[in-house]
Parts: sequence; C-alpha cells; structure tokens
Amino acid sequence: MKVGIVRFPGSNCDEDAWLAIAEQLHEQAVMLWHKDHDLQGSDAVILPGGFAYGDYLRAGAIARFSPIMREVAAHAERGGIVIGICNGFQIACEAHLLPGALLRNDVGYRSMPVTIRVERTDSPFTTSASAGQCLTMPIAHGEGRYTASEADLDRLEDAGQVIFRYVDSAGNPTPNANPNGSMRNIAGVCNAARNVVGLMPHPERAMEPLLGSSDGRVLFESLLATVNA
Amino acid sequence: MKFRVSVQVLPRKGILDPQGKTVTDALRTLGFAHVDEVHVGRHLVIDMRADSAGAAEADVRSMCAKLLANPVTEDFVIAAVDAA
Repeated sequence: MKVGIVRFPGSNCDEDAWLAIAEQLHEQAVMLWHKDHDLQGSDAVILPGGFAYGDYLRAGAIARFSPIMREVAAHAERGGIVIGICNGFQIACEAHLLPGALLRNDVGYRSMPVTIRVERTDSPFTTSASAGQCLTMPIAHGEGRYTASEADLDRLEDAGQVIFRYVDSAGNPTPNANPNGSMRNIAGVCNAARNVVGLMPHPERAMEPLLGSSDGRVLFESLLATVNA
Repeated sequence: MKFRVSVQVLPRKGILDPQGKTVTDALRTLGFAHVDEVHVGRHLVIDMRADSAGAAEADVRSMCAKLLANPVTEDFVIAAVDAA
C-alpha cells in the first residue's frame, strides 16, 4: 500500500500520519506538497490534521483550493480512497467531498481522549473493526461540531453514511459524551460512494500503548485491508 | 469603476451560534438585560473594480457562493456597494 499524505502550510499531524503508515504498518508513505499536481501513484490519500492556512475565513475553506486538491478530488471521483482527519475532515467538507460542515464547538477548544463507536464497517477505514466497537483516541479541535440540515442528516443515517459517533463508556451516544455539540453525536461520516471518510478524532495519535491508546490501529489496518483487497 | 462592497456573513438562523450566545450572556451579565440575541459573523470589505454597481454586487454574490460563505451553515447579506 502506498499512502500519500498531503502537507498544507499549517498541517501539523502529517508526521503522525506518516509514522502510522510507515513505522506502525510498515507500508509506503509519501508526503504530497499542496502545490504539487501529482499523487505519486498513491493508493489512498490522507488529508491530515492541523491548521491549514491558519484556518483563515473558515477551517478548510482556503486549503480546498490548494493545487493538489484538484488531483485529490479526481482521485475521489475515480473511487480512490481519501481519509480526512480533523482539519482534513474540515477540508474534505469544504471541498464537498463529504456532506455537512464543521462549526465552532459549543464549548470552545477541546483536547482530550474521547470514545467513538464504529457505526458501520462498510467503509475503507472500518472494514477490520466490528460494528458497535468502541475506540478511545484523542481529539484536539475548536471547530468540530458536525452540522447539516435535519433532512440531510436523515438521508445520511438512512444511507449508512454515519461511520462514527461519540459515546460514553457504556457505548451510548449521550449529550455528555459529545465533546463539541455535533448533531446526533456524529464524529465521522463517509460520502455516498463510501470511498471518502472523515472524522474529527485522531487515530494516528492512538497507534501504540506509549501514546495512551492503540485503538487507532484497527482503522489503519482497515485501510490496508481495503487497499489490498 | 472602483467600488467598495461590504458583506456580512452570519450563522444561518436556527444553527447553534456559541459565540453569539456567549456574547449575549456576557452583555446580560453587564446589565444589558434587554439584549435578546447577538449573532457573531464576519464582515468583509472588498475593494474592487467593476463596470457598474450591479456588476460588482453580482461578482460578490459569486464570491460568497464559492468561498466567502459556507452554503451549508451560513447566510450572507451584501450590506453596501459604494462607488469608491
């Protein structure tokens, strides 16, 4: 598997994503500069966390017009896998690769471990997980409140596009388990074609016990299994 | 011709606006009990060239649709188009 990790000015989880692929999975990872027009033959693309372009205007609003995003959109259009993590999720929403929007948290910036429940295993980031599996990993964001119209949310739920939900330790999506005010506790979604997945929590920061959790591994192992399938 | 176009971008009505709510609460704490609601958005001032005020406004509408406002969560109002 070859994974391209887009480096925008202001990305700061690009190295973590690289380490997750190269050091933890022992797969090939390449950095893709935002001004490039070449995905270098990547099987999958990761839009990493950070503050691309300083989050000016709105998080992800400027980054989506980076030159490489044209190639990323074409890759997604062809059915290629794109994973957006945190700021990458925001960029994917702004680029209309994913539905909805991520607004300012209801209670300000949150940096903490959260528990998310895997709602669907038919996405390239969850095939190796089990439905209902609860994973603990960190969040670190000020703008992660997933928002869409009620009608759109109903459509997403019906189509099985809600991939992750914030839950409490018992696995229930309670208001207290929701760290940012996301509608219906949504932590991650996929597009209608199911090849683009975005989530606010950071699986790449939960790859080994030293980091406090290795629950992120199953998501990257899913990616590997999907690419090799 | 030169124009200065002012645009207000605000959270769409009905969508939780935590900034607006926090400012509302702060104003009430300060004794402005008659404040019902505050909305916090962005005000953009665009200095530009166009053939007419109408053309400038149409251009800014297109800018809002493409970049300046998020069509999912924000509304925009062109507050003024002034010849500069």
